[in-house]
Amino acid sequence: MTEHVQVAETVTPLEDAINRLEARFAGAVRRDDREGYSGVIVDPGKLVEVATFVRDTLGFSYLSSATAVDYLGKSEGDHLEMVYHTYNLQGGPALVLKTQTPRGEATLPSLVGVWPGANFQEREAWDLMGIRFAGHPNLKRILMWEGFHGHPLRKDWREAYYEQDTKPFDSRWPEGHVSRAEEHNPYGKNVTYPAGFTLDDYESQAEKALYEDVPMGVHVTDMATDRVVVSMGPQHPSTHGVFRMVVALDGETIVALEPVMGYLHRNHEKIGERNTFLHNMPFTDRLDYFCSMSNNLGYAVAVEKLLALGKRWDPPTYRAEAIRVLMVELTRILNHLVAIGFLLNDLGAYFTPLMYAIIERELILDFFEAVSGSRMMCNYMRFGGVAYDLPERIQSTAALVNDRVRDFDTMHYLRALINDRLPRAIDQTNDLLTTNEIITNRCIGVGVLTREDAIAYSAAGPVLRASGVPYDVRRAEPYSIYPDLEFDVAVRYHGDIYDRYLIRLDEMRQSIRILKQVLPILEETRGQPFFAGRGGQYNPRIPAGEAYGRAENPKGELGYYVVSDGGQNPWRYHVRSPSFINLTALEQMCKGHKVADVVGILGSIDIVLGEVDR
Amino acid sequence: MYGSGIVRGLGVTLKHFVNTYLEDIRWGFRRHVPDEAFPLRQGLETRGIFTVEYPDEKIATPERFRFIPFLVVDNYDHPERPGHDWCTSCGICAKACPPQCIWIVRGTNPETGRPVPEPAEFYIDIDICMNCGFCAEFCPFDAIKMDHDYELASYDRTSAHIFNKQRLSKEFRYWQSIAPTRAAEEAQARGGWEHKDVLKQREKEARAQAKASESGS
Amino acid sequence: MTNSNENFLKELHHPDVPVPEGMQSAVAVTSFGKLIDSIYNWGRRNSIWPMAFGLACCAIEMIATASSRFDQARFGMEVLRASPRQADLMIVSGTVTKKMVVPIVRLYNQMAEPKYVLAMGACAIGGGPFKEGYNVVSGIDKYIPVDVYVPGCPPTPQALLHGLIMMQKKIDGQSFGNRNSMPWYGRGPSEEVPVPVLGPDIVDPRQAYLLRREAAAAISAAEAETASGEADSGV
Ligand code: SF4
Ligand code: SF4
Ligand code: SF4
Repeated sequence: MTEHVQVAETVTPLEDAINRLEARFAGAVRRDDREGYSGVIVDPGKLVEVATFVRDTLGFSYLSSATAVDYLGKSEGDHLEMVYHTYNLQGGPALVLKTQTPRGEATLPSLVGVWPGANFQEREAWDLMGIRFAGHPNLKRILMWEGFHGHPLRKDWREAYYEQDTKPFDSRWPEGHVSRAEEHNPYGKNVTYPAGFTLDDYESQAEKALYEDVPMGVHVTDMATDRVVVSMGPQHPSTHGVFRMVVALDGETIVALEPVMGYLHRNHEKIGERNTFLHNMPFTDRLDYFCSMSNNLGYAVAVEKLLALGKRWDPPTYRAEAIRVLMVELTRILNHLVAIGFLLNDLGAYFTPLMYAIIERELILDFFEAVSGSRMMCNYMRFGGVAYDLPERIQSTAALVNDRVRDFDTMHYLRALINDRLPRAIDQTNDLLTTNEIITNRCIGVGVLTREDAIAYSAAGPVLRASGVPYDVRRAEPYSIYPDLEFDVAVRYHGDIYDRYLIRLDEMRQSIRILKQVLPILEETRGQPFFAGRGGQYNPRIPAGEAYGRAENPKGELGYYVVSDGGQNPWRYHVRSPSFINLTALEQMCKGHKVADVVGILGSIDIVLGEVDR
Repeated sequence: MYGSGIVRGLGVTLKHFVNTYLEDIRWGFRRHVPDEAFPLRQGLETRGIFTVEYPDEKIATPERFRFIPFLVVDNYDHPERPGHDWCTSCGICAKACPPQCIWIVRGTNPETGRPVPEPAEFYIDIDICMNCGFCAEFCPFDAIKMDHDYELASYDRTSAHIFNKQRLSKEFRYWQSIAPTRAAEEAQARGGWEHKDVLKQREKEARAQAKASESGS
Repeated sequence: MTNSNENFLKELHHPDVPVPEGMQSAVAVTSFGKLIDSIYNWGRRNSIWPMAFGLACCAIEMIATASSRFDQARFGMEVLRASPRQADLMIVSGTVTKKMVVPIVRLYNQMAEPKYVLAMGACAIGGGPFKEGYNVVSGIDKYIPVDVYVPGCPPTPQALLHGLIMMQKKIDGQSFGNRNSMPWYGRGPSEEVPVPVLGPDIVDPRQAYLLRREAAAAISAAEAETASGEADSGV
């Protein structure tokens, strides 16, 4: 008896969970010896049962990411694999469920019943990988349009400008005779048609499929009744970019809402799998283009996890981590200020809060530009550190006519920014908005997402925390130097627009608190290396294995699922983007409210389309 | 009291409004004129109007700023190799470039047909370039650098947007002028202001000379 | 005043004689037509209303350009209109995807003449870093005519302002004297750009003939292959 207790103590909760899974579902789950994750491969027939058990009994109630991998021609077997990362909201590492299906007739049971948050992710897997999910309520394409040929993320699918499986391309050097890719394409555009296709009597499915089965059976041409279907976007001033919503209205009340996305689907993952590991770094800048620094960090964390699987690996130096935290927390403040500005824009405060936010943003961007070289696309982190140290002075040189130069001491600039300017800006936002009666009237009690729903829909970041779940990756699965820093996880409990606004203010205050602790570290470590190991490697060796690197981005949990086969390119590169998954809960939040509230609710989620569509 | 929140908010906007005039008075209504005013107006102390009057005054870009890359060539009045490419056509930048927008044709010696360390042709498609700076970061010869000239708007792209070697080449002097600190740091790492190869060559010659004079004496 | 000088002035007065570079700032008008042009263009140039419509990362820089630091309002461009009917200028700011090009073309058709298009950023110009992607259009000029290209990824706000100044210069160059530069005063409504169709891949109706040809070629190639295959197996 006593012995038994001792064994249980030495076993980690994760190990214990896997053991219990094996004991309970003997035969249906099996262990896997691939590097870099802990979890099991589940028999598709038992998937729903296992998932329910994992959620209810084992306590891994939060589905972080669900994605598919194509193992075409790999030793693991020629199949498609669905990967689910589940987390315990108390913190700790992931329990990974995997399930496999042959490439030909790929079908898996849908987990929408267990985790509604899997909805869009399964649709994405159907769209890009061609896995059918039996029992999915609305299995349509999500990023591409209905009627598009093929499933692009499959390894044997090739786009029009296909040149070679992996970068670098051989045609660039030493015989790099320049040509534009469109010159090799008969249409001069980035398109290919299936053989034999002509336009004669072709009917596009793209729009039709959208309206075909809008829930509630409302017909778009059915204007005689008081039920109408409204298409908002993709060109709409309050949709934060090219986002579209198909809203079914009863009078002015929303009965159903379906987000339509993909208008900015830039094939990030397909390109990412052709790139080398380092090539992806500047591409991550363009995911959430407000927060390029945090995107960089998330990707660096993921690849560093992979690197740690290998033998020769130096973790980033302390100074590098301090600089990273500095950048990321500044980004958080920048993002939240602008997010509040956009939210208020949506609520009708025409541009004033946004303009004030942009002044502070510009001042932070000046610093980013001086350090990394670009205002928005920082491309600043590397595997093992950062690209450059902080400069001594934020200094410019005149190159063009009428150039006016500025010259500040970097540390002085930072101190003034963090101790004085930004706290004042946050207080100013607070004064300007928090007690404003118009805002409180429009925000309190609108767009409520309950605690249970927030977890079920895999909401992340401020949206999750405003619903009363104190889950923050910086604390739950710490990375960088966050364990050494003192800060609180902000949490609010009502889950309405107003709380999502307030939590952003809280988080900014916590960021200031973190930044104040980082400043002395930067002073202390001045002159120490900002990069571990040998610099100047444009093609580092990445060991085989897989890693799921997460970072707490301003918009929520950003995850990178990277599978390496030991080559110079990632075999699979998936981005779990918080904006995309937070949108799953949009319908839930909007139902029953007036159409005018939709933009406010959308604004309070704070999405960015580069990340939604990738 | 209902409405007090709105009044409080209006107070903030009023403060911004008043600040602009206070700043104007402080600078004697010449806020845009003296050069010293610029860093104050465009720094952390800024209050009130924050505008840069673009064509008449421009924010100079910091040293690390990246836009389209350019190729460093020796100064056109260089005594030994005026206008010579620093690039040795090693191809590293073409491999490190994420969207693969660099095309390099390696130079060959027309007599022997053997490759020589300079590019015969060098192209960058600026319609693809993502200004990431990897080419400059990983070039082992400091031969490709990120330019600061962002005023590139044009009416036509078909002919003008693939930059060839001639369009890309700029004097070393230019790099020194736009990024003095970094140019100095790099020179220190190389061991002199010249190209690596030139420095090596000189060192070799100096050693040979020393040897010759030694054996001579 | 000497005779030659008088002659020179007379010559200068002739509408075909370009004003010398150094004098351009001093001479505003050299003929009645030019007077009309300059008033007309002055008005248009200083009240370009862009459409409030952002696509991707570049749109954020566009917002930065419109806001307090760079302040497009100095050029009379602060009125961002959400409706294409009220806009003169479409700033295509960001990656144009195949899914998005359909609404863009539709919006362009809905804009009232005279209308201008500014392609901002590498993506809008030629596909940018995402060019190789399967859902990315390699340049908006494949579908609608573009007046000014602003390269960069992203172009800084100052670069965009430079592009907008180029746009003003272009408008200044248009003249009643040259009908080609003002096609919107031609007879009849201006031609619409055919809206692309989302088929198996995006279909440009203007390329229907090409499509038919390629399709026929593909079929005949397949036939030839089967025929040769049959011939092979026959032997
Ligand atoms: S890395 Fe430098 S030296 Fe090598 S080809 Fe590129 S520019 Fe030339
Ligand atoms: S800046 Fe980046 S994208 Fe541009 S040429 Fe250099 S490596 Fe390529
Ligand atoms: S050009 Fe660059 S910054 Fe602009 S939309 Fe494209 S990727 Fe984004």
